[in-house]
Amino acid sequence: MRVRIAPPWWFAVPAILVYAVVVLYPSIAGAGSAFTDWSGVGNAKTFVGIDNFKQLVHDSQALGALRNTLLLTVAIVVVQNGIGLLLALGVHTSIKSRMALRLVFFAPVVVSPVMVSFLWKFVYNPAPDAGLNAALGAVGLGGLRQDWLGNPSLALWSVAFTVIWQCAGYSMVIFLAGLEGVPAELHESAMVDGAGTVARFRHITWPLLAPAVTINVMLSTVGGLTLFTQIIAMTNGGPGYATDTLSTVLYKQAFVFGKFGYSTAVALVLAIFVAAVSFVQIGYLRSRETAA
Amino acid sequence: MKYRPRTFVLELVMIAVAIGFLFPVYVLVTLAFKDPQQIANRPLSLPDPPSVGSFGEAWRSAGLSSALLNSTLITVVSVLLLIALGSLAAYFLARTATRLSYSLYILFLVGIILPFQLGMIPLYQLVDNLGLLGTYQGMILFYTGIQLPFTVFLYTGFIRSLPADYTNAALIDGASHLQAFAHVIFPLLRPITGTVLILNAVQIWNDFFTPLLYLGGSGHETVPVRVFAFVNQYTSNYGLVAAGLILAALPILLLFLILQRYVIRGFASGLKG
Repeated sequence: MRVRIAPPWWFAVPAILVYAVVVLYPSIAGAGSAFTDWSGVGNAKTFVGIDNFKQLVHDSQALGALRNTLLLTVAIVVVQNGIGLLLALGVHTSIKSRMALRLVFFAPVVVSPVMVSFLWKFVYNPAPDAGLNAALGAVGLGGLRQDWLGNPSLALWSVAFTVIWQCAGYSMVIFLAGLEGVPAELHESAMVDGAGTVARFRHITWPLLAPAVTINVMLSTVGGLTLFTQIIAMTNGGPGYATDTLSTVLYKQAFVFGKFGYSTAVALVLAIFVAAVSFVQIGYLRSRETAA
Repeated sequence: MKYRPRTFVLELVMIAVAIGFLFPVYVLVTLAFKDPQQIANRPLSLPDPPSVGSFGEAWRSAGLSSALLNSTLITVVSVLLLIALGSLAAYFLARTATRLSYSLYILFLVGIILPFQLGMIPLYQLVDNLGLLGTYQGMILFYTGIQLPFTVFLYTGFIRSLPADYTNAALIDGASHLQAFAHVIFPLLRPITGTVLILNAVQIWNDFFTPLLYLGGSGHETVPVRVFAFVNQYTSNYGLVAAGLILAALPILLLFLILQRYVIRGFASGLKG
């Protein structure tokens, strides 16, 4: 006798309740208050239509933050995944130190971003004889010494590099998982046919890595677009507004300036951005996967 | 794969990369073992003689012992709730093919890409109105809700790959659905439960922003919040701050070293789906 009794619906009820209270209701309420002048004190809100968004279009600080957010995201997605892939290819070999190296490169992933940010503030110490500057001097590159976090045209990249240092191991592990799925026989037969390292990577490894690329690109994109902790801990958006992102701007507008309505408008723009980019990426990267 | 001369060159290159990669750690550790005079005079050299005084002082002035307890309590309870609620819901979603269950699954998936910033302020008000600001319960509720989409996603994918017939025998024998789930299904989920546990624990333990907002000044601060306050307070005392950072990061690093095989596998397989 074959019975197939479905689990009862109430199995899902506790999860849905908690999810609705913590995520769904606040997000809908947040999207709603983007169209009000809510000050955050009490519940007094007046509907102001799209005024907040009009203000946003003319807010040079917010536009600068949008630009910073996009630059950071592109830098993180490209460099972090590039380094992650190279590390994965390096430790997915017969070198003796491969297990120890995997540990070293992955360890920063499990440390809190706040602590990693503070660690890098030591490295970026502006004094010429401390941290990175001292190391540059010691290897004869003293001319490259910089005020890494104090120079407005450099600070954003210094923060980006910190994120990349912390998360490259994350990309590496996902690429490693992908590399383990590449059949060794394919490489062997290609080698017999005389294919070199580069050719084998291009025609065998890279196409089969497509799912790992999809996950890595999506995760680092959302991570970059919503980056917050590292900026608050390292530069607090400064110097000036040089490292402000949409996340830090909406935080400051709400909790420093008490403009909750305007802040949620910035948050709504961020959410639409993340959703749009995610959908485009899923569509494009999935089609690449099936083509491979 | 054989070990060739080329492999040896690659080995040297990778070790050199790792040494460069560890440079920030060298800066941190040497700072923590130096006294202020050594920091001023020889900032990048090895500590000579090494002094360990900063560690005891950092431990006391950062209030790390109570922060560790707070972080542990919040993380453990949240992860247990996530495993219980997430696996139950995913079992329903994966095993029923109705329009309702499909819609609910999509609703959970939306939560994965929804930035928490959108609901941040209304949620802050809600937590305040419920009287949960500054409490463990508020944080546990928050983490359970915010991590559920990802947890449900991982469990649903895994359950779909399992054969469906396991529970039928138990149900015919007169077990309730909950008993069948607890005794037959849940043990089968062990691999994905490990992944769910590790991914959520790392995420919750390391989170900084929400506990700063909800627990600031309550005396229930987690490790990252306490460290943030500590670093800002002793900002110019590099040795002390470095020692505090090392002490605060050690517990999670030790745990990682013990569980590293499962952690790395969990990260990879959890994200591969």
